[in-house]
Amino acid sequence: MSRVRGIAWYTVLLGLSLIFIAPLVWMLLTSIKTPGEATQVPPTLFPQKITTEAYGTLFEAGSQTPVLRWFLNSLLAATGQAVLVLIVASMAAYPLARMQFRGKNLLFGMILATLFVPIFTLIIPNFLIIDRLGWLDTLWALIVPGAASAFGVFFLRQFFESLPRELEEAAVLEGANSWQVFTKVILPLSKPALATLGLISFLTNWNDFIWPIYVLFSPTSFTLPPGLGILQGAYTINYPVVMAGAAIASIPALLLFVLAQRYIIEGVSRSGLKG
Amino acid sequence: MTILQERTQAADETANPPMRRNASITPYLFLVPYFVLFAGFMLLPAIYGLWISLHDWDYLLPGKPFVGLDNYQALFDPASAVFDFFWQSMQATGIFTVASVPLLLVVPLAVALLINRKFPGRTFFRAVYFAPYVLGVAVIGVLWRFLLDPNLGAVNAVLGTTTPWTTDLPWAWISLVGVTVWWTLGFNAVIYLAGLQDIPRELYEAARIDGGGKWAEFRHVTLPGLRPVLLFVVINTVLNSANMFGQAYLITQGAPGVETRTAIMYIAQTGLRDFKMGSAAAMSYLLTIALLLISLIIFRLFRTKD
Repeated sequence: MSRVRGIAWYTVLLGLSLIFIAPLVWMLLTSIKTPGEATQVPPTLFPQKITTEAYGTLFEAGSQTPVLRWFLNSLLAATGQAVLVLIVASMAAYPLARMQFRGKNLLFGMILATLFVPIFTLIIPNFLIIDRLGWLDTLWALIVPGAASAFGVFFLRQFFESLPRELEEAAVLEGANSWQVFTKVILPLSKPALATLGLISFLTNWNDFIWPIYVLFSPTSFTLPPGLGILQGAYTINYPVVMAGAAIASIPALLLFVLAQRYIIEGVSRSGLKG
Repeated sequence: MTILQERTQAADETANPPMRRNASITPYLFLVPYFVLFAGFMLLPAIYGLWISLHDWDYLLPGKPFVGLDNYQALFDPASAVFDFFWQSMQATGIFTVASVPLLLVVPLAVALLINRKFPGRTFFRAVYFAPYVLGVAVIGVLWRFLLDPNLGAVNAVLGTTTPWTTDLPWAWISLVGVTVWWTLGFNAVIYLAGLQDIPRELYEAARIDGGGKWAEFRHVTLPGLRPVLLFVVINTVLNSANMFGQAYLITQGAPGVETRTAIMYIAQTGLRDFKMGSAAAMSYLLTIALLLISLIIFRLFRTKD
């Protein structure tokens, strides 16, 4: 590649990056401005006076918008669901990948078919089921239903199938039963895949919006995404507060992404390729 | 079980290590936890939803009389109360899908081609383009609501305009499509990129020897090589666009009137705000059937091209 073309090409890459990053930077910069400056026309890029007032408002005791509580709820729901997904999906994926049994193709076909059913079809009956179980307005509603993840089973099955058979056979010759093979051979060999699925499940749940806005009612049981909707309504003229809330919801996700970028991106591209 | 059967089974097990040993219940035991969840929150609701759609199911009222296909009929009856709103929302979903899908197929491909070469910093750029995707629609929604605000927003300030991005047509559509492309572009780009890297180098060399230009190379090597990936990207993008909800809910709130209220928004409102769940369930099944048909057509299109 010629030098001139190389420079032109890097310029395009950097220009594009700016488009992706600038809105996020704007969010962070606005969150440390005063309300007056945030709504000034024309806007200032860098805050003239840096203030953490907006964050103070959010974390104030007895506030109408208990952001700390929302944060903890989000953390609990996302972690809980990720753990549940890892347990049930890995257990289901193991026989689907490594054993022959009657009805296997039918079962796997059923699981795969649900990948094509828009999840929204189920939201109304699921709302009623959650109501029956007495889980409305609780974190159980956020943790359990979504753990029936067809993606998780599919993703782990692909990975388990790629593991060499010899190790499994050796373990069986030494007298290991299926459960021991699963926990002592398959799972330890699958750490990268499990980490990837755990991260993707966590992020999906952390960001979920449509389901929590309908199954949670009281401000204390909210997670961050529906909480942001409330912030937007409650502080329409105080943009630093809304942007501070958005920053609190995005920073853990972005940090996780920066730390585990390779896992997340590879998990995503793998799931698409083998689809 | 008789002793003889037990013996033959035991003999089978020792004779056939891992693969055939499992004529037992072991595989089913492993599947139980997942299938409890699957049955409870996938199968049961799918059937329950159909049942609900055949009733005048008002959550707040004690009686839920069976009405047969009335809920479905109402959706096709211009005189019914739901007809206009429902088809208006389906139209909104259609407009959004038709406008966003081509962009979400082409732009990410261009980005993937741009970062497909090996160069220093490639991982960094890939991460930057993917980053917005890891944020939820709630963050994206409140952020762009602010950026696109006609009076205070940074977008109008940068462009030096007073465009009503969130309150008037066609601007509201342009905003929703633009934000969605910005938000989800990285996802498709990453999948394209992985697909591009799976295309054997030799094919490009062969094309070069045959004397094809860049465009011929793209048409005869890159595009066919991406075919399996493309099927996933197309289906996934269409389904996601047809399920659009959060962006319109948070950015335009359906504005200017109800023009940008999508089907999912209207169904959610009918079922979970007004508690007319029978009608909402019927709508969601109609939408699902439409989407399954579209998915089937896409599958077909990809198959006949072979």
